[in-house]
Amino acid sequence: MTVEPTIAASTRDNTGSRGSRLLGAATIVGLGVLGVLAFVLTDADVRIHPTTGEEFGQFDAVRLLYVHVPLAVMTYVAFGLCAVASLGVLIRRTPWWDVTAHAAAEVGTVFCGLVLVTGSIWGRPVWNTWWEWGDVRLMTTLVLFLMFAGYLALRRTTGDPRSVSRRAAVVALVAVLDIPLVNRSVEWWENRTLHQQSTLNDLKIEDLTLFTLMLGFLMMGMVLAWLLLHRFRVGWLERAALDHAVAAAIAERRAETPDAEVRRSVGETEDRS
Amino acid sequence: MSALRVVLRDIRLVAARDLRIEARARVVVDQVLPFAVLVLVLFGFALDADHRTLRTFAPGLFWVAVLLSALLAVQRSATLDAADGTGDALRMSGLPPVARYLGRAAAVLVQLLVLEAVLVGGLVVLYGVSVEDWLLLGVAGLVAGVAVAAAGTLYGALALGLGARDTLLPVLVLPVLAPVLIGATRAFDDALGSAAVDGWAWTGLLAIAALVLTVVGASAHGALVED
Amino acid sequence: MSVVELRAAVALLGRFPALSGVDLTIHAGETVLLRGPNGAGKTTLLHLCAGLLRPESGSVQVLDHDLTDGAGRRSVRRRVALLGHTTGLYEDLTVGENLRFWARAAGLSTVDADRRLDDARKRLEVSDRLVDQPVHTLSAGQRRRTSLAALLARRPDLWLLDEPHAGLDQSGRDLVDGLIGDAVAAGGTVVVSSHELDRVAALSPRMVTLAGGAVVDGSGVDVPPPVTEPSIGQEDS
Repeated sequence: MTVEPTIAASTRDNTGSRGSRLLGAATIVGLGVLGVLAFVLTDADVRIHPTTGEEFGQFDAVRLLYVHVPLAVMTYVAFGLCAVASLGVLIRRTPWWDVTAHAAAEVGTVFCGLVLVTGSIWGRPVWNTWWEWGDVRLMTTLVLFLMFAGYLALRRTTGDPRSVSRRAAVVALVAVLDIPLVNRSVEWWENRTLHQQSTLNDLKIEDLTLFTLMLGFLMMGMVLAWLLLHRFRVGWLERAALDHAVAAAIAERRAETPDAEVRRSVGETEDRS
Repeated sequence: MSALRVVLRDIRLVAARDLRIEARARVVVDQVLPFAVLVLVLFGFALDADHRTLRTFAPGLFWVAVLLSALLAVQRSATLDAADGTGDALRMSGLPPVARYLGRAAAVLVQLLVLEAVLVGGLVVLYGVSVEDWLLLGVAGLVAGVAVAAAGTLYGALALGLGARDTLLPVLVLPVLAPVLIGATRAFDDALGSAAVDGWAWTGLLAIAALVLTVVGASAHGALVED
Repeated sequence: MSVVELRAAVALLGRFPALSGVDLTIHAGETVLLRGPNGAGKTTLLHLCAGLLRPESGSVQVLDHDLTDGAGRRSVRRRVALLGHTTGLYEDLTVGENLRFWARAAGLSTVDADRRLDDARKRLEVSDRLVDQPVHTLSAGQRRRTSLAALLARRPDLWLLDEPHAGLDQSGRDLVDGLIGDAVAAGGTVVVSSHELDRVAALSPRMVTLAGGAVVDGSGVDVPPPVTEPSIGQEDS
């Protein structure tokens, strides 16, 4: 009787497919358009102070927001997906949920890191500091990043794979449940938040600016989808390889000719008795 | 015996076991407590020991010392069932995982409260701190302790079950406890009179954190130790 | 009525297939001796039957519980006594504290626990002198007897003993044999994994040989259940 691996073998040597290549091509084109719009065609945020007549505003830094804000939203989407998939791991326990959770966590962490980096670069000219402890969103994003960095560290430990995937699922769920607490505590901690000093609300979001921002959301969504697709497929192939290794090990163990060993052990004990 | 009384009995059984082991082996008292005091001393050296500075930062330094020591205490607690096959024996016994979790967390809480009490003494003696509101101090310390014990026990079981992954525990549990650190420090700021904040409001937030972490811990623990 | 029924059971330890397809039937009241070379999977088989291991594939039925299901595994554990290579005792606690903890953990009330523990201690000659001593001061033989006393107090339906005689002196081994005999006489089922065939042979067990993660002899699959009393155990396979 053979043990069938849960995931069928695959002979592919890459994770591309017609659909994913199409998506990738469209994404590259779209990112190009976004780049042109964000960094060339739209205006920098320059406003004139009503009383002093000075220029103020975010100037060119505002261009980063077309990427930073969509990245942040996509980070929540990715981690949200990870949380849902983690629930799936604990309740349904099929490999699909597990691979999805891992892929979403990994891509989400990358996006989260990018949010922190773009946010920091944006913050330098606007707030005059690389890092602002009192900013609620920045702090919450940092803690989120640390939590999922821990998740990824856990994933990389050796050990019974089922055990690791269950524990990782718990970590992801606790992280997601903890975030509101983190948010609230940081918010109370600093009554003010620099995020409110210069936000989207202040900017004139209309026409081209609005379009560029919407395009930013679309593009970051497509980048997320593309990365998730490939990361999922890599995970799936890893899973298949593991299943096959196990099936091969089982067959090999069965094929171990027991006769010689059994005779030896039975012979030994018969001698003793 | 109603189901609730049975669970409570089981919780008491598990907590008593852990505390009895600690009473015999004295690992927390001999090793973790001195470590906690040592952290306070190290801060004194590092911050250029001057009473005024230390008094200002006392609440923060206190809670960092508590968190670092809690890591050790939790690790110790998690390893109690790693040797001698008692982990498997517990699974064979039929003790519900909820009782195992809450009992262990309760024992960790007791140890943490002792730790906190000693450290408050350390603050008074080493940092020259004076306590304005003992009630607030006590309640905030208790509630934050529950949160730390709850999260620590869950993650201790999580990290331990993979076999000697002590280095993983801090990375997993400390970010989750960030709100507890923030909240407890502000509550202590108020209790020690070093800042004008509403300590009781913060304690309320800590209570919510403690509740969430305990409920999540009790629910998730079963998935980790059972099969 | 079969107490243990395995068909093509596969069990993994990490990625290693410790059991590669076990067929085994054990009936109520039987004494089974599990033998085979080291690495054959004897310990894993005992853990599987105890409900501590999730089977990768195949069917595993113990005491009418389906062990491929998590709930089934949880239910079967309370009815089975597993003596493994470890003591299952807290080293820092005394013998008495350990026994009382494990009895109460199994759900016994204080009164029942004390009564059963008194009997168990007498049966396994765990003297009163030992009761207040921490386990880490005990010899290997004394620890083994304490572990068995803890298991005895639970009155299991199925005993799974992994090399119970190893490391014991003569009187200790006699006690183990007596325990097995009592269990079988009381209608229980005992599975012993041992290299000490001369000792266990006296109990007239049915021999099951394990090698390469599968049963190569004595699986009892096509053998009808014994019609006479449980104390007769010899089968032709």
